[in-house]
Amino acid sequence: MSEYNFAYLDEQTKRMIRRAILKGLAVPGYQVPFASREMPMPYGWGTGGVQVSAATLTPEDTFKVIDQGADDTTNAVSIRKFFENTAGVSTTEETEKATVIQTRHRIPEAKLREDQIIVYQVPIPEPLRFLEPRETETRKMHSLEEYGLMHVKLYEDISQHGAISTAYAYPVKVSGRYVMDPSPIPKFDNPKLEMDAIQLFGAGREQRIYAVPPHTKVVSLDFEDYPFEATKANHLCDLCGAEDSYLDEVIMDDAGNRMFVCSDTDYCRSRRETGHVGRLAEENAA
Amino acid sequence: MAAQTQFSGGFQNAPVQAAHAFRAAMTVMARPGEIRTLMGTEPPAPLSMAAGTLLLTLCDPETKVYLAGDADTDAVCKWLTFHTGAPIVSAGNADFAVGTWGALGPLNAYRIGTPEYPDRSATLIVECDQLEQSGAILSGPGIKDTARLSLPDVPALQYNAMLYPLGCDFFFTCGDKIAALPRSTQIRTEG
Repeated sequence: MSEYNFAYLDEQTKRMIRRAILKGLAVPGYQVPFASREMPMPYGWGTGGVQVSAATLTPEDTFKVIDQGADDTTNAVSIRKFFENTAGVSTTEETEKATVIQTRHRIPEAKLREDQIIVYQVPIPEPLRFLEPRETETRKMHSLEEYGLMHVKLYEDISQHGAISTAYAYPVKVSGRYVMDPSPIPKFDNPKLEMDAIQLFGAGREQRIYAVPPHTKVVSLDFEDYPFEATKANHLCDLCGAEDSYLDEVIMDDAGNRMFVCSDTDYCRSRRETGHVGRLAEENAA
Repeated sequence: MAAQTQFSGGFQNAPVQAAHAFRAAMTVMARPGEIRTLMGTEPPAPLSMAAGTLLLTLCDPETKVYLAGDADTDAVCKWLTFHTGAPIVSAGNADFAVGTWGALGPLNAYRIGTPEYPDRSATLIVECDQLEQSGAILSGPGIKDTARLSLPDVPALQYNAMLYPLGCDFFFTCGDKIAALPRSTQIRTEG
C-alpha cells in the first residue's frame, strides 16, 4: 500500500478525471473527453472503469467488481485485488454491502440505493460509431441532436428480422437530449438505468467519461408499433429458480445438454441461501 | 488558529482529503438541492472553507481561475498559486470562478462551452451568506420529483438553464457547506 499513492493514480490525474466526471453529471449522457492514462492492465479489461473508480473511491468505501454479473471471474478478481492493494479499501461480493460497484456489462439484479455509485466499463462509448466512423461527424450529430441514423438502424433491424434484434448496448436517450451507449449491458438491464444511484461510465481506450445522475429519465429508443422490450432467456434459473433475473446459458456436455443460471452470481447465491432451489440444484441435492 | 500564510491551510493528507472532498462535490452535483459538508483546508479570508477546499480539490496548473471582487486579494492569490499552481485569469477565460454572486455577475462574461464540446464551460463557485433547502423549486436530472435550494438570482439561473446543453455549472458555498446547480436543472419559483 505504501508504495502507491492512494488509489494508484497521481493527484493531478485524479483531478482531471474528477473535473470530467462533474461535467459529465452536469450534461447527462454527453461524452466528456479525458486524458486517459496507461493502466497496469490491457485496454478492454476496464481501464476506463478503473480510472473512474480510482478518482471516486475513498478509504472508507466497500468495493465490488462484477464481470458479466459474476464476482469470481478473472477480470473482477484482479480489479478487486488491484484496489485492495492500492487504495486499501475493503471489498465485497454482496451488492447490498458495496458503496462503489464497478461493472462490466451488467447491472446487478438487486435495486441500487441512493448511497451507492456504479461505474461501468465501456469499450465503445459512441453509440453512433458503427453507423458513422468519423468522430468529427458524430460530434456534429450529437450537437445538432441528429439521431435519425440510429432510428434507421433500428428500422432496418425490423425490416430484416421482424423485430429490433439489437440485444445489448441498446441505445438510450438521456434526459430527452443525448443518445447514449449504456455500455454492452443486455437490453434486459435498460429499464434499470433509471435508478437511485449515481452512474458513471469510463472508456479508457476511447478516452471518454459520461454520467447519468440519479432519477434521470433514460428512454430506450423504439417505435410506437415496435415498442422496446427487455428480453431474457425464457427459462428459470437452474440453480435458484429465479424467474426475474438475467440468465446465462451454459453448455454442459458434448451431447448438447445445457443449463440456465443467473448471470448475477451474488443474486443467485443469496437466493439459494434463503432456500430457493432450481431444477438442477435439486438433482445435486438428491 | 496559527497565523495564516500562503503556505498554511492546505490539505494535511491530500489524496484522502481530496477524495472525500470530491465525493461531497460529486454528490451535490449529481443531486441538485442536496447540501453537504466540505472541509479539509483553511483558506485565507474571504474564501469560505468549502470554497477553498473545492478549489484545492479540483484546480491545478491546467485550470484557469478567476477571482471575483473581494475574493481577489493578494493573500488568496498567493495561497491558490502555492497550493494549486492555477493561473489567475479574467472571467472570460476562466474554468473556475469564485466570489459572491454580486461580484461574479453578469453571467454572460463566462464560457458556456460549444455545441460540440459543452463541457468546455466555466464552473462558478458562488459564496453565499446562507445556504438552505428552501426557496426556488428545482427539478430535472438527479432530483426525485422536486428539491428546493436558496438561489441568489432565479431569472439569471433560469436563463442559464435555457441554454442547455450549453451553460455554466454552479457550486454554492457557505462556511463549510456546499450545494450545486448544474445547467440541466429546471428552476421555478413558488406558484
